[in-house]
Parts: sequence; C-alpha cells; structure tokens
Amino acid sequence: MEDTASQPSTRLQQLGRTLQSSWRSVVVGLPFFWLLLFFLIPFAIVLKISFAESLIASPPFSTLLQWGEDGALNLRILFDNFKFLAEDELYLNTYLNSLKVALISTIWCLLIGYPIAYAIVRSDPATKNVLLMLIILPFWTSFLLRVYAWMGLLADQGTINSFLIWLGIIDEPIRLLYSQFAVYIGIVYSYLPFMILPLYANMEKLDMSLHEAASDLGAKPITTFLTVTLPLTLPGIVAGSLLVFIPATGEYVIPDLLGGGNVLMIGNVLFNEFNSNHDWPVASAVAIVLLIVLVAPMMLYQRMQSRESAAH
Amino acid sequence: MQKKRSTFLFSMLCFGLAFLYVPIFILIIYSFNYSKLVPIWGGWSTRWYTKLFESPEVWEAVMLSLKIAFVNACFATLLGSLAGLALVRFGRFKGRTLFSGMISAPLVMPEVITGLSLLLLFITLSQLIGWPSARGFTTITIAHITFSMAYVAVIIQSRLSGMDESLEDAALDLGAKPFRVLLDITLPILAPGMLAGWLLAFTLSLDDLVIASFVTGPGSNTLPILIYSRIRLGLRPDINALATIMIVTVAIGVLLAAWIMWRQDKQRQRDRKLAAGDSLKHDLDD
Repeated sequence: MEDTASQPSTRLQQLGRTLQSSWRSVVVGLPFFWLLLFFLIPFAIVLKISFAESLIASPPFSTLLQWGEDGALNLRILFDNFKFLAEDELYLNTYLNSLKVALISTIWCLLIGYPIAYAIVRSDPATKNVLLMLIILPFWTSFLLRVYAWMGLLADQGTINSFLIWLGIIDEPIRLLYSQFAVYIGIVYSYLPFMILPLYANMEKLDMSLHEAASDLGAKPITTFLTVTLPLTLPGIVAGSLLVFIPATGEYVIPDLLGGGNVLMIGNVLFNEFNSNHDWPVASAVAIVLLIVLVAPMMLYQRMQSRESAAH
Repeated sequence: MQKKRSTFLFSMLCFGLAFLYVPIFILIIYSFNYSKLVPIWGGWSTRWYTKLFESPEVWEAVMLSLKIAFVNACFATLLGSLAGLALVRFGRFKGRTLFSGMISAPLVMPEVITGLSLLLLFITLSQLIGWPSARGFTTITIAHITFSMAYVAVIIQSRLSGMDESLEDAALDLGAKPFRVLLDITLPILAPGMLAGWLLAFTLSLDDLVIASFVTGPGSNTLPILIYSRIRLGLRPDINALATIMIVTVAIGVLLAAWIMWRQDKQRQRDRKLAAGDSLKHDLDD
C-alpha cells in the first residue's frame, strides 16, 4: 500500500496538491478526528482504568492522579489488577481455554474449508459464481440467528437427537448443547466463510500449469499437493486462519448460547466482570491482556493485508 | 487418480454446503410448527407469525435497528470513502501510519474490547461535559459508525487502487479543473464501491449484538438485543418465525443485488464488444 500510495502519476499528485489547500485537510481530517475520538481515546481510557483500583463509588474506580497530603500531584499506577489476573487460576485457565478453542476451531475450518475452496476454483466459471454466492450468502444473514439455528439442532429434544433415536442408534438423548463440542460446532459453522474466501482469492491467482507440469513429470498427486499446491497457497491459509482465530479467541455469543456457562472463554469473563460484578478495573485489565495476547496475530494480519494491496 | 480426487472434492463441496444450509432450513421449517415446544413437531401452522406481529416490543426493536443501521450506513460511507481516498491518493502525509493503523484496527479487534472501550468513553464524557446524557440511539450509532467505516474504507481502497488512472489524466489533459475531475470522473467510478460499502455497513449494524449491548442504555433494545434476551433462556417458536422473516428478506435482497450487478456486467461486456466492432469497421473503411 505504501508503494502505490507514494508513487501515483505526477499529474494525480498535482490533483492532490491542488486539492490540498482546503479539501485535503477535510478529507483526512474528518475520519482522522472521528477515529481519534472514538477509537484511540477509548483505548487510552481502558488502559488508564486497568491501572486503577476498584471502588464502590461512581465511577467505581480510583483516579490515577491524586493530590497527596503534601500538596504534590501523585501518579498512582497500580499493577494489582494484572497481579490478580496472573495469580487467579480461573483467569489463566480461561485465557488458555480460549486460545485452545480458537486454535482447534481454526484447524477444523481449514480442514473443511480448504477442499471446498479448491473445488470452487476448479469448477467452471458459471458454477463458480453460484458457489461463491452460496458461500457468501450466510455471511449477510444474522450471525445470532445462525447460532440460534444450532441451539435447535443440538438440544436434548432437538433435531439431531430425535434423528439418532429414530434411527435406533441411541435410546436416550445425548448431551450436545451446552458443551465444549457445541461451542466448536458453532465457531466452525459461523467462521467457515471467513476461511474459504481468502483461500479462494489466493488459489484463484495460482498458476494451474505448475500442477500439470508436476503430474506430467510423474509426481504422485500427494507429492504435487505437498510440494506445489500447499506452499503456494500458504498466504491464503495464513490469512484465513487469522480471520478465524482472532475473532474466535474473543468470542462472546457462541460460548454463551451454545456453551451455556459450561465453557469459559475470555469474552464471557470480560462481559460478566463488567456487567455483573461491576469491577471495571479488572474488566479493563482482562481486555488489555486479551489485546496483548492477540497483538501478534493482529499485526501479522495487517502486514499481510498491506502487502496484498501493495501487490495490486 | 484424477477422478478419485475430484470425487473427494465434490463430496467435500456438498458436505460444506449442507453444513452451511441445513441448519437454516431446519430453523425455517420449525417456524411453521404448531407446537409451543420448538423441537417437537405438532403440525403445520403460521400462528407464531401472527403472534410476532402482535408484539409491539418486536416492532419497536425493528424500527430502532433500522434507524440505527440507516444513519450508520450513511455516515460510515462518507467517512470511510474519505479515509480510503486519503490513503490511496494523498501519498504521504503527516500521521499516515497512525491513520492507516486506526482505520484497519477495528476490522480485527475483538468486539468485547471495542464495546467496553466505547462504553467507558461515553461514561467519561458524560461525567466531564454532560454528554451523552442517556445511552441509546446516539451511542449505538456512533459505535457502529466507528467499526463500519473501516469496512467501507477497505472496499474504497481496493476499488481506487484497481482503478484506471488514465481517465483522470485524460480529463486533466483536456483542461478540466481538478474539482470537476473529482466530481465527474472519480466519484462515478467510486459509486458502486460506495454502494457496496453502504450495504455492508447497513448489514453489519443490523447484525451487531455485542457492541450494542455494551453501549446501549435502559429501554433501547435493538433487534439483536431483543432476540438475544429471549433465546438465552432456550428455544422460542416466535424467534424461529422472526428468524425466517429476516433470513428470507436478506437472501432476496442479496440475490437481487447480485442479479442486477451480473446484468450490468453483461451489458458492459456487450457494449465493449459493440464499440470494438465499430472501431474495427472504421479502420476498415479508412
């Protein structure tokens, strides 16, 4: 992106320069100011409160800057909340469980999504458009309702249990809803299109003649796949995996509706800490730690995106 | 061997599509169930649809959600387009790195963090300057604009970087004023991207539960908040009916939009072919 932006044709630079006087500052200024006020400053506030102390007051936290008894301004930064998170096993386990659930779901999305993306790329143009439409369509429908659909399928008297009983495979309903299994299903189901679309975009640019060359030269399909296809589709795999892994780690709705409190994930702990326990400083600290955990994958994704648009 | 592999791919494709669509179809079928207990079939009926339309709560939530989605989509399209234009066409400017970081961060930010941070901002602001005095329509709309504009900016950026700059060049060559070029050439080319961005922003807003739950106040229930509060306690036949209406509406809308775009594409291709044929004839005449 840096590259395309830094070298537009000279005339367009002139266009930009002429607009500079007043328009330029408006064009940059409006979105810039908006993001500063509603994106950056809120983070500063979360960071600030994460260093404060929980109080029963309104607002329920202490101020960082205080006038000391000697009349000097004291900066009080408390690491208590972070120490609390580190020492309480509940939080540590929740973070680890969130990462585990997100990771396993990402692998499942990849295993299911990869052959699907590949099949779409290989189909003829007319079918391709229809298939792509079918993959994108669920993305436009309500996320909440798609999760709700699985509540009906997985319930004790739900479709899957009734079907299995009807088949005679089981005599009594098995517990599917409100379990870790249900959470996996929900995440894989909701995020599958996010895996398929980047994979498809990547595969479509591939040169299929490499494939033919490999098999012409006598490579077995599995060898061709491992030595040609897989390395070439790695950017798509990474992009798709990040698009599933990052939101899945902080997921709130799916563990709440399908896990029913039996599956602890960090999004739920944060939500409850804030809304039920009214412990703002701890909730803020939970958010900051989640952000630190996710900052590496998030930066990786952004780097990939900007390289992608630079290649355009 | 080749054949075996394509059988595998074909069955994975079928499995994938079944996985995506069967749950939705079952949800729709059960919305026509007479029984009060969702999973137990009690014969066909449309009584949950009638019941749904009688509930004023649902109507209020629908109206609030649509209002928020509309205002959000307009502002997000404006701000996102400006941001995309600035990032692609302005070269380097002061604070560009911070700007591009801030514009793309909401795309990958976990919703709980965005929600929490915006709520804390609104609370801090109301203590400092007394605004916002109550949370609801305004605060939810502001929160939605903040993440929707990022999506619009991405669409506009990709549209602008794929755009043929020679058109703007030609117009400038022929003596058009830069502002005219912006209005007459850049904007029409951007229009489909802006429309796509508007639609995406609208849908994202209608869909959001987590961020809205954080920044809403008492009495302001958007549709997802209302649905969520009902299904937390289990399955509800009226929600199946509501879900069916929403899913069918969206599906028709998306398919219609896709069809219109497909037809325009066809038309454009035909025009191009005709134009090419014309110029060929001219060449021959010469």
